[in-house]
Amino acid sequence: MENWSLISLCVLLGLTTRWAVSFHSYSGAGKPPMFGDYEAQRHWQEVTYNLPVHEWYFNTTNNDLNYWGLDYPPLTAYHSLVCAYVAKLFNPEWVELYVSRGYESHSHKLFMRATVLFADILIYIPAVLVYCFYFCDGSSKQKVATALCILLYPGLVLIDYGHFQYNSVSLGLALWGIVGLGLGWDLFGSLAFTLALNYKQMELYHSLPFFCYLLGKCIKQGLTGRGFFHLAKISLTVLVTFALCWMPFLSDPKQPLQVLHRLFPVGRGLFEDKVANTWCSLNVLIKIKTLLSRETQLFLSFALTLLFILPSSLKLLFKPTLWQFKLALVNSSLAFFLFSFQVHEKSILLAALPVCLVISEIPLIAIWFLLTSTFSMLPLLVKDGLLLPYVVTSLAFLFLSLYLLSALERSTEEELRLGLYRQLTQHWLPKLNLRRIIKWKFWFSLVAMAGLSFTSVWFEPPARLPDLFPVLVSVLSFLHFLGFVIHFNLVQLMEPQRKKSQKKTN
Amino acid sequence: MAASMTHDQSWFFALALGVSFLKCLLINAYHSTDFEVHRNWLALTHSFPVSQWYYEATSEWTLDYPPLFAWFEYGLSHIARFFDKEMLVVQNLNYASPATVLFQRLSVIVTDVVFFYAVKECCKCFREDKGKDLLAKPSFILTVLLLWNFGLLIIDHIHFQYNGFLFGVLLLSIARHFQNRHFEGALLFAVLLNLKHIYLYIAPAYGIYLLRCFCFTQSNADGSLQWRSFSFVRLVTLGTIVLSTFAVSFGPFIALGQLPQVLSRLFPFKRGLCHAYWAPNIWALYNIADKACSTLGVKFKLLDINKLPKASMTGGLVQEFQHSVLPSVSPLATLVCTLLSILPALFRIWHRPNGARGFLRCLVICALGSFMFGWHVHEKAILLAILPLSLLAVESREDARIFLILSITGHYSLFPLLFTTQELPIKIFLMLLFTIFSLTSLKTLFRKGGALLNPFEATYLLGLIPLELICEFVYPLTVWQKTFPFLPLMLTSVYCALGVTYAFIRLYVSLLTCSDTTKKTKMQ
Repeated sequence: MENWSLISLCVLLGLTTRWAVSFHSYSGAGKPPMFGDYEAQRHWQEVTYNLPVHEWYFNTTNNDLNYWGLDYPPLTAYHSLVCAYVAKLFNPEWVELYVSRGYESHSHKLFMRATVLFADILIYIPAVLVYCFYFCDGSSKQKVATALCILLYPGLVLIDYGHFQYNSVSLGLALWGIVGLGLGWDLFGSLAFTLALNYKQMELYHSLPFFCYLLGKCIKQGLTGRGFFHLAKISLTVLVTFALCWMPFLSDPKQPLQVLHRLFPVGRGLFEDKVANTWCSLNVLIKIKTLLSRETQLFLSFALTLLFILPSSLKLLFKPTLWQFKLALVNSSLAFFLFSFQVHEKSILLAALPVCLVISEIPLIAIWFLLTSTFSMLPLLVKDGLLLPYVVTSLAFLFLSLYLLSALERSTEEELRLGLYRQLTQHWLPKLNLRRIIKWKFWFSLVAMAGLSFTSVWFEPPARLPDLFPVLVSVLSFLHFLGFVIHFNLVQLMEPQRKKSQKKTN
Repeated sequence: MAASMTHDQSWFFALALGVSFLKCLLINAYHSTDFEVHRNWLALTHSFPVSQWYYEATSEWTLDYPPLFAWFEYGLSHIARFFDKEMLVVQNLNYASPATVLFQRLSVIVTDVVFFYAVKECCKCFREDKGKDLLAKPSFILTVLLLWNFGLLIIDHIHFQYNGFLFGVLLLSIARHFQNRHFEGALLFAVLLNLKHIYLYIAPAYGIYLLRCFCFTQSNADGSLQWRSFSFVRLVTLGTIVLSTFAVSFGPFIALGQLPQVLSRLFPFKRGLCHAYWAPNIWALYNIADKACSTLGVKFKLLDINKLPKASMTGGLVQEFQHSVLPSVSPLATLVCTLLSILPALFRIWHRPNGARGFLRCLVICALGSFMFGWHVHEKAILLAILPLSLLAVESREDARIFLILSITGHYSLFPLLFTTQELPIKIFLMLLFTIFSLTSLKTLFRKGGALLNPFEATYLLGLIPLELICEFVYPLTVWQKTFPFLPLMLTSVYCALGVTYAFIRLYVSLLTCSDTTKKTKMQ
């Protein structure tokens, strides 16, 4: 079959899955007074449509920031505005100031779902296809298979089309950034990434690798000559993009400060709900939130995040290749997720994106990670009534990706990037079968996750510990993520040796 | 996709598993009144003794499938208890709790295993090219064409019916005939008839084929009938198998003296010539011709507008309407037309059987013939022709071409079944998925010999795209939507009727010429 038909089949499968997931419930459906993220997005349309720009981020008589106040960067606000204009065409009630609060109807749900699908088709899906076709090895069939696996990643589909958010926009823009850098179009890449950053501040998780990659490249070209010129062009692109995005807020210095204050709500504490990161998991043993002062918490989380990002970023700085870049993105976003301040469970999607990009190189570990990341959002998904799509899409992703990428067969030590472990264990346990251990660990962890999913849905928690299952889910996921961050760091840092050994065998 | 995929059968499980996951995602989709129909049958078979099954009329959706299907529902009802007991109460009309939906949807998904098995058996009957490319293997293409069939997906898993399981029995029976296990094949078909009597449409093909190719053990060298080779034992055995199946199914009702009541439920002749939405067949063309004649007649003052029957053609909305110019059609006339349309095919396989393939072709013609000319045909019945034709499509170029035309138009004509806005994207995605796959895979399979479709056919099929755009996107915005809401439906069924008719004619031509070509090759 021709490429175009394979690609269109792959995209259609992705679209069908997405739309089928969107039949299900969304966050806060029928739950007044606050509802959920769905209402937040609708409310932003209402606010941006009816209020002048300078009121968007301020608490005014017409804009109650305590009711889902806008706390995303300007691009999100503009996107809401555009959606609001379209919404107005269909039904003015959807965006009427005050009156539309908590508006829910079948046709409105369809409209909101359609906006997500539209943005996805426009930004994320083409980015995935372009990425797979330019940067994945193998025949075109293998490329399409990889693209299909990435498109079917359950976490993103469930959050965007179930829970309701527009992650595909920010992640898609970031992916365009990665594609741009990979192709050598550095200006386009930095433009796309700046847009991503201006769509969702959480994209900061990816910013350091972008910076290090570009800087490293400029250093390589010579910071005194061509490199400097290149760096200047990139900086100019970033600055101009930022300026354009923030244009309406630049007239009054109070405005950008208020926006920043809204974007980084330090006052909301170290973590909320149950997140599979260090702080929430530590909280089971030590009550850090009450023990330490807010400033100490901030400092501690900042220091630990930096500590975990630095090695991979420095490595990237001196060796700016695409493979290093992707791994650095994984490591940086995972470190942010595990250690930074005020993390949401959905932020794991930021780490999932770069992991999706290494799925064709290290399939088994990537699939394992992606499933764990979906599992880590289980309490949220159950609360939203998305149990059925969670189970179905996770199982489908597991089987299809194992099959399409033949992840279980392609698991030699070389392919699992286990060289370093081999060196470590060689002295004491030379005959250890690392491959088998990894596979057993994979299956064991899947069984554990499936078991815990089942128990948390089927059984009532004991009365004394109402949060038992969410805590267990987040601790188990945290342990996984900790393992992953160590593994990915090792893979990134030991890379040159692998290259050498490959050359030798060749 | 790895090398390991080509030499084992894991791709089959991947395809089956993949489509099952998709079906599971559709659990919360829209379902039609057929959902309530089957829930009611669950309830009434569970709550009443057998003697009441065909008399019960609390719900308007009375039991109108043959007894074996009622027993099937009875069996399901014992599992349904564990999901939600309330669904088994006959008085709970339109009961659709989440557990009920889950159970009913899962029952369709799980019974589709029969279909999977049948498809696997069918794949064994066909030539296997030892090519390296999995996507160009006939068995792979056939599996996708059957398992991922657009019509089955939307009718069973969105609209709600149990066709997957029933077609599983049919395909298994066909596969058994291909494998020369005729007794099993006949038994399966007898069972199928007692599950859903719509399969009576293709019974003539079975009857003639079994009599000709099985009861007569030998043919002459030129393929004509050898009268002396008649095996009485085989006929009696076949008869016993079929009759005993019917005895098991209808026996209890005959003993209870309820046979007339059961039959009156199974064959309600009170309905009109065409269903609310016209199935794309000859009668759709006939209706539109009548409409055109009367409009033209009024325009040129040949007809008196006051003498025309009132509201004769408020489109598809009125179940029974009178033709204004052309003669009205009676049930008997449709029966005669149907018989006339399938007779040449039956005669052909009696005269020159051409093995199981000839039988399969004749079966498709019977299905399509009754679809074209039958009384009160439902658009869903097109699957009866499309699914068996898939088997032929991977074998010959000409059949592949007919299959493409028939499946694309036939599937498109199912679009009005799902009229909700929520399902609009999914039906378009699934339709494109199936159409693009069948077009490109069959093109790859018959690479040699140029394009599969000629420009005329390709243009006709491409015409479906503007048709869809007009019917579902443009027309609702126009002022006519209020005054003529039925026009898009009429347009769809007439447009599709052209394609189905064309495919029917081509299929007939291929049947009447195909054994000649085999003879030629033999002579060479």
